[in-house]
Amino acid sequence: MSAPQLYGLVLTGGRSRRMQRDKAGLEYGGRSQLARAMELLTPLVTRCFVSVRADQLHDPQRAAYDTIADVKPNLGPISGIHAALHAYPDHAWLILACDLPFLDRATLQYLIAHRASTRIATAYRSSFDAQPEPLCAIFEPRSLQVIEQSLAQGQQCPRALLSRTEVELLDLPNPRALDNINTGEEYAAALATLGAASTASAGALRRLRVRYFAVLREQAGRSTEELETQATTPRELYEELRRRRGLTLAPEFLRVAVNDEFGDWRSPLADGDTVVFLPPVAGG
Amino acid sequence: MNRFSLHETPLQPELLRKELQNPACGGYAAFEGWVRDYNDGRTVLRLEYEGFAPLAVREGERILVEARQRFGVERARCAHRVGPLAVGELAVWVGVSAAHRGEAFDACRYIIDEVKHRVPIWKKEYYQDGDSGWVNCERCAGAAAQAHESDPHHDHVHGAG
Repeated sequence: MSAPQLYGLVLTGGRSRRMQRDKAGLEYGGRSQLARAMELLTPLVTRCFVSVRADQLHDPQRAAYDTIADVKPNLGPISGIHAALHAYPDHAWLILACDLPFLDRATLQYLIAHRASTRIATAYRSSFDAQPEPLCAIFEPRSLQVIEQSLAQGQQCPRALLSRTEVELLDLPNPRALDNINTGEEYAAALATLGAASTASAGALRRLRVRYFAVLREQAGRSTEELETQATTPRELYEELRRRRGLTLAPEFLRVAVNDEFGDWRSPLADGDTVVFLPPVAGG
Repeated sequence: MNRFSLHETPLQPELLRKELQNPACGGYAAFEGWVRDYNDGRTVLRLEYEGFAPLAVREGERILVEARQRFGVERARCAHRVGPLAVGELAVWVGVSAAHRGEAFDACRYIIDEVKHRVPIWKKEYYQDGDSGWVNCERCAGAAAQAHESDPHHDHVHGAG
């Protein structure tokens, strides 16, 4: 049995109280967030839609795309997810919030490649609190029933819904990819970071192998892992793994080895490198 | 000759010693590190060593080369156990042969000191009270980072050997 076809939905319905303006129209590099999200998602799915409230159906920015209007309005993002599954119940949906300025195509491709269609949903684990991120996730057709049950019980939070259900949880290859924007200050900070990142050619993913020894092996719960990451140096990689694997050792106590030789925390990593973080030694 | 090796089975000092024999040598010194039954005031029941093999061998052999150059000894050999070890077992063996005893003693001492500080080998101790811990690692959590930065000797505290 093949997996249901994947449609895409970009959420723009929010009222953005904290931002005090329409988030969909915020621009990065001369393109609106909505245009950027649609450009990223459209090539990866069979069809791509914009989620709207009924009163936004004729908004020119949104009307340029195929739209799906909320069926059960004013419930937050769950309204849009529900409307999409309701409109095309035989399809799986890649749901994407439009306010993710750091999102890159690799993050979406990774999500699609690791989709588990036998589960209710496939989602990333938040870099901040390890909870599922519902606003860059794939909802399978049978999630409609789960959402309707949840709404019937007055439960509208899609995060809470995913944490209670059978979800395939993935670690983010780029831990900052889903950082979102809710205030004017965050918008300014994102612009600054994106400006710096584009000059440092961030966005290129490296495929690395990490080996763990001793106390770090026990904390990580594995001896080795292969990952795709935007980390450019061992220092950045350790910060990423420290969060993801719950490593408690501070980097000041560690040395790093790259390709079986002692390395430097700040030297650039190359695709295919094997990295080992060395806890304080105790031979003899 | 300068060879460093890791072993999952008991070390055999008599065989290691033979590797050092040389007609030009009038002195031989060896050091054996054994598993001790206490550390830091706690009763140790057994140990586990873990090594990062390719780099441990490479760094170990660099130390042996340094010892030969620095002290002018003829041959230097070091073998280290990995895996589970019981109290009393031989954990590390260092041997050096040289023209005279002085440089043999000095080189032997240099090798064991450097091995403890530089070679990526880790030791987990299992205590009588049921607890266990990775030696030198248990106080390296992020929160304790500040206190340790002012202590240059934090990675120089050792148990057995």
